[in-house]
Amino acid sequence: MRRGLIFDIRRYSVHDGPGIRTTVFFKGCPLSCWWCHNPESQGRAPFIHYDSERCLRCGSCVEACAESALSMTPAGVVVDGSRCKVDGACAQACPSEARQLVGETWTVEELLVEIERDQIFHDQSGGGVTFSGGEPLLQWGFLLESLRACGRVGIHRTVDTTGFASPRVLMQVAEETDLFLYDLKTLDPVLHRRATGVPLRPILENLERLLEGGARVHVRLPLIPGISDGDEHIERAGVLLAGRSDHSVEAVHLLPFHRAARDKHQRFGVPWRLKDDRPIPPERALALGERLRELGLNVIIGG
Amino acid sequence: MNDRVARLRRRSFEATPTLSTERAEIVTRFYRENEGRYPVPVLRALAFRELCERKTIWIGEDELIVGERGPAPKAVPTYPELTCHSVEDLSTLDRRERTRYATSDEAMELYERDIIPYWSGRSMRDRVFARAPQRWLDAYEAGIFTEFMEQRAPGHTALDGEIYRHGLLETKKRIRVRSARLDYLNDPDATRKAEALQAMDVACDAAIVFARRHAELAAKMAQETKDPVRRRELRRIAQVCRRVPAHPPSNLWEAIQTYWFVHLGTVTELNGWDAMNPGHLDQHLRSFYERDLANGTLDREGAKELLSCLWIKFNNHPAPPKVGVTAEESGTYNDFTNINLGGLDRDGADAVSDLSYLLLEVMDEVRLLQPQANVQVSMRTPDRFLKAACRVIRKGLGYPSIFNADEVVAEQVWAGKKVEDAREGGTSGCIETGAFGKEAYFLTGYLNTPKILELALHDGVDPASGKRIGPATGDPRTFASFEDLYAAFEAQLRWFVDVKVQMNQVVESLYARWVPAPFLSVVIRDCVENARDYNDGGARYNTSYIQCCGIGTTTDALSAVRTHVFDAGLKMAVLLRALADDFRGEESLRQLLLNRTPKFGNDDDRADDIMRRIYDSLFRTIDGRPNTRGGHYHLNMLSTTCHVYFGTRVGATPDGRRARMPISDGTSPSQGADRRGPTAVCKSLGKMDQVKSGGTLLNQRFLPQVLEGDTGIDRLADLVRTYFRLGGHHIQFNVVDTETLRDAQRRPEEYRDLLVRVAGYSDYFVDIGRDLQEEIIARTAQASM
Repeated sequence: MRRGLIFDIRRYSVHDGPGIRTTVFFKGCPLSCWWCHNPESQGRAPFIHYDSERCLRCGSCVEACAESALSMTPAGVVVDGSRCKVDGACAQACPSEARQLVGETWTVEELLVEIERDQIFHDQSGGGVTFSGGEPLLQWGFLLESLRACGRVGIHRTVDTTGFASPRVLMQVAEETDLFLYDLKTLDPVLHRRATGVPLRPILENLERLLEGGARVHVRLPLIPGISDGDEHIERAGVLLAGRSDHSVEAVHLLPFHRAARDKHQRFGVPWRLKDDRPIPPERALALGERLRELGLNVIIGG
Repeated sequence: MNDRVARLRRRSFEATPTLSTERAEIVTRFYRENEGRYPVPVLRALAFRELCERKTIWIGEDELIVGERGPAPKAVPTYPELTCHSVEDLSTLDRRERTRYATSDEAMELYERDIIPYWSGRSMRDRVFARAPQRWLDAYEAGIFTEFMEQRAPGHTALDGEIYRHGLLETKKRIRVRSARLDYLNDPDATRKAEALQAMDVACDAAIVFARRHAELAAKMAQETKDPVRRRELRRIAQVCRRVPAHPPSNLWEAIQTYWFVHLGTVTELNGWDAMNPGHLDQHLRSFYERDLANGTLDREGAKELLSCLWIKFNNHPAPPKVGVTAEESGTYNDFTNINLGGLDRDGADAVSDLSYLLLEVMDEVRLLQPQANVQVSMRTPDRFLKAACRVIRKGLGYPSIFNADEVVAEQVWAGKKVEDAREGGTSGCIETGAFGKEAYFLTGYLNTPKILELALHDGVDPASGKRIGPATGDPRTFASFEDLYAAFEAQLRWFVDVKVQMNQVVESLYARWVPAPFLSVVIRDCVENARDYNDGGARYNTSYIQCCGIGTTTDALSAVRTHVFDAGLKMAVLLRALADDFRGEESLRQLLLNRTPKFGNDDDRADDIMRRIYDSLFRTIDGRPNTRGGHYHLNMLSTTCHVYFGTRVGATPDGRRARMPISDGTSPSQGADRRGPTAVCKSLGKMDQVKSGGTLLNQRFLPQVLEGDTGIDRLADLVRTYFRLGGHHIQFNVVDTETLRDAQRRPEEYRDLLVRVAGYSDYFVDIGRDLQEEIIARTAQASM
């Protein structure tokens, strides 16, 4: 049985595709965007997150660890990284949820049971499941099996992707996907490599492939201050997306940057590299959206 | 909102509740002179007539719909025949911080001199407590249950459309015909019936006199005013008040005034719970509205103005002052009139009309504490109406609440009512189901389910007092399994429900004997036909409810004991000691119980199966017992504010709840226990067989951000529709304010379930960092501007 690494599952997710959705967050991402909203998802390995403020200093975790990797200090629990096997025993034992295992193994069957719990909400609202992350295509084998399992029972499937994946994998996934949410971070190749860690070209080529193949695609443009919130950039993206006679994108989502990302970086101890982190004023997002509409695109502000 | 409505609204909003002794004086004087001269029902009717003839009539500036219960807006009368306030009570009312009623020194002197000496030992409150057995008093004082009718009369009722079709003169004719049919030769109850009918006849006269006095005052004011516009209005008011409620209304203005006179009549006669309620107001007024529009005598704005005037009238009537436990279980000025909009008509068709939308607009614009309103949503209700309601909800007013009209009908049909009567019924008070205009459904008191579990964990001895108040069900340290504990819980439950019901029967009989309600009987079918008073089983249907509180807390507490004691080997003695010490020095145990227990509200069968079992125990213990009025007991599942009072009577519980903290409200999950989002909550609630209850109550809290945009509204409507597909009875949304969020920062564990929309996703408020919390608080304040 194939297993996947999942770091969160959210029900009543209302901005990740049509209707009320269950969003499954896959762990691991080839990108490392400066503004990432889920920095805990980037690494491919599970880890233990420790919240010292919640910690009662009760020592339950120290006792529970079979590898004796933990010790108690006045400042909280300290881990000996060379011994820790990230088996989650300490998180299991923690009464106050100060220690949490980020990234848990799921089978396709288990995942399907969890998704089907809200099937009546999906039915009512025209919703379904959204596979997000991280980058779900990184665990493509598990993703494909999950998509097929959902498809067999008629659950609407959305894949939220960075598009950074092998074309063969992507096209296989496309066969089992009802809707793509496809991120375009920036159209400046140099900036893209610098701010996300990966080249832009394969992402653009994959988008082209998907559209040529007849996939339903909503393109998501994050509005990041100083990176992708300029008139010129939006204009370029608009021209690129609107300039197709057939197989066009169904919609463009503008996602204004939010400071929540910085807070999450701090919480997970990931360095914050985005220098300009002022929120995008709502009027600004509206104005940019209007420009895209003028180019004939169907624009949605927000997720 | 036009200028007139804005002025009326401001005056109503700014008026201070004061205590008026006028009613107490009139009733006391009348009783002193007349008690013993008439049969009790006739005495009550004559006292009502005396009030209608003598009380001060008020017609305020700008008013179009007229009539006040007291001598002026927010001047609140007292009902010494039910509860005779002591001087200390009055002084407390005058001085307390919350729900204050300004009371003059003269009022207190009058009470001391005249009112108290007469009613002492004669008021219903005194009669009830005098008849209460010791085991009932013990349980009452321990906070096991409350007693609704120890200071307010039975009520909770709402009207159907009958009052708009027949004037009181026609009702008097019906009473005469019924009296003529009395068969003294063969019916041993004929004399009693004659008295009841005579009382109803007098009550009709009283209400007609009351209206006529308004007509006279309006005519006089019209002569005196210099303002020609107001003169025309006052003449119109006089004309309306001369016609209704003696004759049936012929247009919207008269129809609204008809309701208001009937409302005032019932709340002047007695202090029934939940005041009075027009029920399906949009359905009742629809034909008048459409006719006026068609013949050009009124436009939509004019109709809106009249309806707004009615709306403000409700707000002029704070609940009469409560004392003691009742003040705690229901500590609010709100008197619970809960107007129903939408729903189904008698034949089962969708009943939404333009008037339903118009009333939503009125509620949205007038925005006062009272009246409450709800929307009744059936499978046939158009999405447009549900979404219009969701848009009002999004503004954070806490209303309208939303009911599942199909479930409300099913509950009633299940309880044996005719389907047409069930459709004309709805929900009143908070969430209570009833056949409007045809049913006397008495709420008899709240039941503290977590307290009953506490007694099962203490062998029937109340740990707060050390006193034995329940049966000895065994030392829990000797229990071999969860089943032993559950059996003890059920045994305690049966005992206390027996104690409660036995006393309820006494209280119902006392009401039938001492305080019949002849005017209320006139407007509720079939009291005239049965020649029996509303308080004596005269209505077509007669239900008694016991309202069970804290199923969330009880489920979680039982789940915690099963998980940690019976499955994981925690010693029962250790748990009991920690509970006795309110977890002092045991914070890690408390956190374990809080966080590592399957809890209700997470779509987790390990907890939800326990909930189902408790619900079934409550149902089997309560449902189907006969009451004194030819009807039966049913289960109800609301708590109003009683979960806070009950919480103060329950020590620490095994779910990690600290002593004296509130228990769970209605059928909602325990505060902060539901961590899997609103769909999981709905799924858990869907596992409760709600159709067998008289109503359940689900509170959901949202931040405005979650409901932003058309998408937010669409998804909220989807959530409601799906909950109703799962068999939900009711759901209401709090779209929370800054104050709550500040409290959430101080006490995060109670707000674990508070969802906030952060950016492209939603997160739990307490799970995000401090500065983001601050930022969201700032945003919320902007959103509410």
